[in-house]
Amino acid sequence: MQMPEPDQDVVARRDDLAALLCEIVPAESVIADDDELRVYECDGLTAYRQLPMIVVLPETTGQVSRILGLCRERGVKVVPRGAGTGLSGGALPLADGVTLGLGKFNRILDVDFDNRCAVVQTGVTNLAVTQAVEHAGFYYAPDPSSQIACTIGGNVAENSGGVHCLKYGVTTNNILGVEMVLMNGDVVRIGGKHLDSEGYDLLGVIAGSEGLLGVITEVTVRILRSPACARALLVGFPSSEAAGDCVGRVIAAGIIPGGMEMMDRAAVRAAEEFCHAGYPLDAEALLIIELDGPEVEVDHLIERVREMAEDSGATTLRASTSEEERERFWAGRKAAFPAIGRISPDYYCMDGTIPRARLPEVLKRIAELSRKYGLGVANVFHAGDGNLHPLILYDANVPGELEKTEQFGADILRLCVEVGGVLTGEHGVGVEKRDLMPTMFSEADLDQQQRLKCAFDADGLLNPGKVFPTTHRCAELGRMHVHKGQLRFPDLPRF
Amino acid sequence: MADVLKPADAAQVLDAVAWAAAEESSLEVIGGGSKRAFGRTVQAAHRLDVSGLGGIEMYEKSELVMSARPGTPLAEVEAALAAEGQQLGFEPPDLGPLFGATRGVGTIGGVFACNLSGPRRVKAGAARDHFLGVHAVTGRGEAIKAGGRVVKNVTGYDLCKLFAGAYGTLVVMTELTFKVVPAPEKVRTVLVFGLDDAGAARAMSAALRSPHEVSAAAHLPAKLAARSGVVRVAGARAAVTAVRAEGPAPSAEHRCQALRELMGDLGEVEELHGRDSAVWWREVRDVAPFVGPGSAGGSAEASADGRAVWRLSVPPAAGAEVVARVAAVAEAEAEAYYDWGGGLVWLSLAGDGDGGAALVRAAVAEASGHATLVRAEAGLRGAVEVFQPPSGPLAALTRRVKESFDPRRVLNPGRMYAGV
Repeated sequence: MQMPEPDQDVVARRDDLAALLCEIVPAESVIADDDELRVYECDGLTAYRQLPMIVVLPETTGQVSRILGLCRERGVKVVPRGAGTGLSGGALPLADGVTLGLGKFNRILDVDFDNRCAVVQTGVTNLAVTQAVEHAGFYYAPDPSSQIACTIGGNVAENSGGVHCLKYGVTTNNILGVEMVLMNGDVVRIGGKHLDSEGYDLLGVIAGSEGLLGVITEVTVRILRSPACARALLVGFPSSEAAGDCVGRVIAAGIIPGGMEMMDRAAVRAAEEFCHAGYPLDAEALLIIELDGPEVEVDHLIERVREMAEDSGATTLRASTSEEERERFWAGRKAAFPAIGRISPDYYCMDGTIPRARLPEVLKRIAELSRKYGLGVANVFHAGDGNLHPLILYDANVPGELEKTEQFGADILRLCVEVGGVLTGEHGVGVEKRDLMPTMFSEADLDQQQRLKCAFDADGLLNPGKVFPTTHRCAELGRMHVHKGQLRFPDLPRF
Repeated sequence: MADVLKPADAAQVLDAVAWAAAEESSLEVIGGGSKRAFGRTVQAAHRLDVSGLGGIEMYEKSELVMSARPGTPLAEVEAALAAEGQQLGFEPPDLGPLFGATRGVGTIGGVFACNLSGPRRVKAGAARDHFLGVHAVTGRGEAIKAGGRVVKNVTGYDLCKLFAGAYGTLVVMTELTFKVVPAPEKVRTVLVFGLDDAGAARAMSAALRSPHEVSAAAHLPAKLAARSGVVRVAGARAAVTAVRAEGPAPSAEHRCQALRELMGDLGEVEELHGRDSAVWWREVRDVAPFVGPGSAGGSAEASADGRAVWRLSVPPAAGAEVVARVAAVAEAEAEAYYDWGGGLVWLSLAGDGDGGAALVRAAVAEASGHATLVRAEAGLRGAVEVFQPPSGPLAALTRRVKESFDPRRVLNPGRMYAGV
């Protein structure tokens, strides 16, 4: 994986830039010492590391605006960073770039129950939003597994999901507005407490833009009333086909569960050994299906889903009867990643999405790939929305194994695209899947996406080297190659 | 008289736009034409009629996904879904009658291009939230695609959202893929009579804050409620506040009862079931109170009362306040009703002068939000800003976004803003 060649002129002037940044923020908020920079050398995708040139930690929107303006004037690249929990290398530093840390934007500005929203600064953690509103029976729906640490700004940048997004949507469906600073220093506010934002839906492209369009400083999120009750079913199946069949039946019956998670045998075993959740070890596939809503609805649907699971050939089936039991059902799933971490020196978490019905076929082919590469794999799957997380087991200390793992991962993602799915469901493209983008998009598709980036960042200074396999200069992209003349189809009906 | 180009497939759309771009010409893009009078008047050399690109291309019930070409009538999409017990979650309105067209002319392309969402928007999200993938031709005359057919997807920028609500000014869509949802087994609507606007705002807020999963909340003052085709609403001769519970039968009934108890202290309570409930929400959705009397089937005279109809998107709790501010200064009587728990205000004002533009925008500015002049004579739509004008850096960004897709301003030039 190649990153853009660092601009040595910029690197040579690091001290100058640090001094200028100290005029914008207090000196202790500018880090240019290699030892202190080490903390920022990677995000959650730890296979890639790079020391940033400088880290700056502003605490006001005005400071962000001045920092970006300064960097633009001097042709310096900027990498925005929230909590650094991202899994695709979106916050991977650049050797000639400033990493803009937003951790100091940690205040909840307004909680508005009448309008069912909260206005928070970008560095507030996902979980802190829920904690700020749960006393009144509300919560913030997207719940990525890193929710203790990950920030709202990072969630917007990656359009994060979580186990509840089948019913409640991902980040883009749960935000109403942002305040954002463009690379030229302009501060724009998009949306607000009203439901539909005005003009072009820029909020829609900012969500999931991976820090390439602007630096988000404030977010208005929708908060939802917590469901009155939730119960979960824990169901073991003799095959992934049977589990997939059950998922299809539930959806086709018009039931949208609050969560519907699948784990394969390898994941079940690892999780059970790790936290003794009571998972059936003889199952080839395990489903956790959670129903939430009014008690009368949940009890009604639990029975219907139970029947469907039986019809699909469930071998074990338990319905939670207490909150404690429900949490125990989830404990294994929530601990799946660390559990895998215990049985393998390293693991690599993939994130493709496929049409639900293709799951058995995809799992079969992943197993074939696993044999081909000689690397183990465990699968956890947001079964309701088709988001698959194969965890490839490897040992980074074995020479060549990381490279082999990456090839295996790339093959899995190509497979996802082949069956009608996409490269990434919730982790983002970042640097990790950047070079696979052409498997999904044509050159014209990618050029047009970059033209949109040019509208936000004309000099390509904001988080370059991410998402797009080749970057073009905006002037070059803007050129039109037109052939004046006639319609190719002269029979195009005209009236 | 402008030429009309009527492509039969995506390749012909590409040819037509590439030709127009090469000639530095311009195209007014239309589907069913039901909303042609929505937006600023487009001064285009030619018309690109995509109604020939019709048909559902893919529908997988158990995957909750459908693909259709842009000219597919919304009615066709809805009928195909209804046959399988499914629906579009965002409850798109049919605004045709508001513009004097007949019911059922609108297309799925038009619904997404205008990001039209009905009462269920408060719970299910807007059209843009259901828009998963798109094939389109940019104003540069290039065919592109974005998104996919799966719900969870962060591969590249989410251009579907950008095209939803762009009113055809960025691309011509040639195929749309969208999420569909199960239709609820049971629907119950609880009505409370006699609340004033401020009281209704509080009641709707209380319902939406409750754990009863309200899927719609609307309020019509007495004068507008009297125009309803639902006898029990029109006959009440009182303002009507309505909230809806949908879901599995035992749940919808349980929540309906809970909502009756919640609202019971505020005034006389009633329930609408079945057809009455469906008709009521369709009226709210389609702006029926402002379509005009006797025009249920739609007629050219429907909008001939000369009044301007505004659509305000404001913080839900602020809706009543904004209307009160407008009504306090409006010379002719302002009429307004509320959807989205107060967050969507449909406002009718005298169509003379600026159609109320100055005072509506001033009132909205105090609350935050935006106002769109949805129905007005062409002259008025040319004289005042139809869409809330973005200001400062946002206006510049809007222009640059337009230029990135359509640098020569080929597609629907000026439909949203002058120069865009």
